[in-house]
Amino acid sequence: MFFSRTLPMILVFVMGVIGASLYFIPHPSAQSLENTLSQWSIAIGSFAIFLAITSLIRRYINNLKRGKEVVYNLVALISLFGMALLGLIGGTGPNSVFQKIFINVQVPLDATMFSLLGFYVTSAAYRAFRARNVEATLLLITAILVILGISTIGDSQTWLRNLQEWIMNVPNLAQKRGITIGVGLGMIATSVKIILGIERNWMGG
Amino acid sequence: MISFVLAAIFSVRPSPIVDLKVMDNPNDEGGQIVLKWEYRKDADLSQISYIQIMRIDKMGTAPIVAEELKPTAKRYMDTDLKNGHPYRYFIRVWFKDGSYIDSAISPPVVPEAQWLHKDRIAALVILLLYGALLIYYLKKARKGERLTIRPIAGLQAVDDAVGRATEMGRPLLFVLGLGTVSDIATLAGLAILKRVAMKAAEYESDIIVPCFDPVVMAAAQETVKQGYLEAGRPDLYNEKNVYFLTNDQFGYAAGIDGIIMRQKPGAIFLQGAFYAESLIIAETGHSIGAIQIAGTSSVTQLPFLIAATDYTLIGEEMYAASAYLSRDPNSLATIKAEDWMKIIFIGLILVGAMLETVAGLTGNKSWSFIKTFFAGGAQ
Repeated sequence: MFFSRTLPMILVFVMGVIGASLYFIPHPSAQSLENTLSQWSIAIGSFAIFLAITSLIRRYINNLKRGKEVVYNLVALISLFGMALLGLIGGTGPNSVFQKIFINVQVPLDATMFSLLGFYVTSAAYRAFRARNVEATLLLITAILVILGISTIGDSQTWLRNLQEWIMNVPNLAQKRGITIGVGLGMIATSVKIILGIERNWMGG
Repeated sequence: MISFVLAAIFSVRPSPIVDLKVMDNPNDEGGQIVLKWEYRKDADLSQISYIQIMRIDKMGTAPIVAEELKPTAKRYMDTDLKNGHPYRYFIRVWFKDGSYIDSAISPPVVPEAQWLHKDRIAALVILLLYGALLIYYLKKARKGERLTIRPIAGLQAVDDAVGRATEMGRPLLFVLGLGTVSDIATLAGLAILKRVAMKAAEYESDIIVPCFDPVVMAAAQETVKQGYLEAGRPDLYNEKNVYFLTNDQFGYAAGIDGIIMRQKPGAIFLQGAFYAESLIIAETGHSIGAIQIAGTSSVTQLPFLIAATDYTLIGEEMYAASAYLSRDPNSLATIKAEDWMKIIFIGLILVGAMLETVAGLTGNKSWSFIKTFFAGGAQ
């Protein structure tokens, strides 16, 4: 109980108070302590990657044993070990096979996923802008004005460009700032809850 | 002879540099000195080639050129200095004809490290004020006073979503986003995960939690395990359902999309820190007809999640989830203190806006004291 509950809570309290205090202390000794704590955090994170890879391999092997999604799991396992081997044998330099596979396979795949966003924005916008009630109609009108103002039409119609800029810089920005202040206060509240041990979900509850 | 000396004295050009101010750089870890200066109004800057910041480390020794600047510069910060050591400065102005003039030598200035960042006093005041409110409400909660917070639709729908997925015989998918365990949004997501895990255990549903960060994975495994334990069904907990997927942003999005399309979960929870992948995941979830409850503090992603999901916890609502779901009086006290802080902020914004208007109309900057206090060095 002491090592699974009490000790982590003491550590969180001490580190939380130190971490919050460091924000207000610019002295070199405080900055050096902050750097040391950051390095500890990175070191702990590096250990965790072993945990992650073990979880990944266990899951893929388990799926293969059960004959579930065999092709996908095989591709994932071969990619994982293949890339690791290529990196270990041939290095990860600019002309290495590892780097060529990364640039010619991984980067286009990432770009493909990202480009899907264009289509998803269209379908989500279609649903959001359906004029079902007064609020949705207002949203639709505002969206049309902003789209027109920001497009090439706005270059010739100055009033449209000015209106679009006003919508973005006044009502839109005011809402965003309101949410940001709420988020900031929520973060302080959650941090205080964690430091004082009121919130313990991070270690299972 | 006397006339020659007098002529020489009166023919010397005055330095174009006036009002040289040298001071220790405030709110730093030391080793830095700031120099500010002005140019004489009648100085012809077009005749100046460049200026040199000259530093005297020790009286009686030759000055060192700290930096060469254009004649338009009015500020310079000298760095990598020794704390506790006095430094003097003057500015050497080089003219295009090859001659130069030195400004007056400044008094010695000692760079020092500070123990308090004075520009952050406003943040400290806010923190102390919040602390005082928190203590007040914690005392109230411990006395047994009932603290209430407004209903949050997204959180009220959690139990219904789990029930619906169970009725459909489909699993639940919980996505914690791209945050690490040090992100408050991820920690808030874990609080919601525990509630969902408890309900899943109660209804004997499967819950899948693919993770982006290995440390978050470990925390999520503990959270789900505890949820099953508290629901009295530790036998149903399957550690293999809480696993690491990848820590590549779009790889993660592709992986989640794959899980959604293959396993067709009945309810999808997107709770945590999200970036460009939020809409890709949410739209895929919508395409299979799953009930979706999202929550994030990323202001740029909120419009996407509101458009694509059934319920969205907007910013602070997500942080209130733990208190809302557990109804723990101590947690509720933190929310009440937060609400009062919001009221104080609204008051400060209104008063600040009025004072700024007065400052603008009268031209008297002393009315801007609220802005000066809260903006600190940022203005």
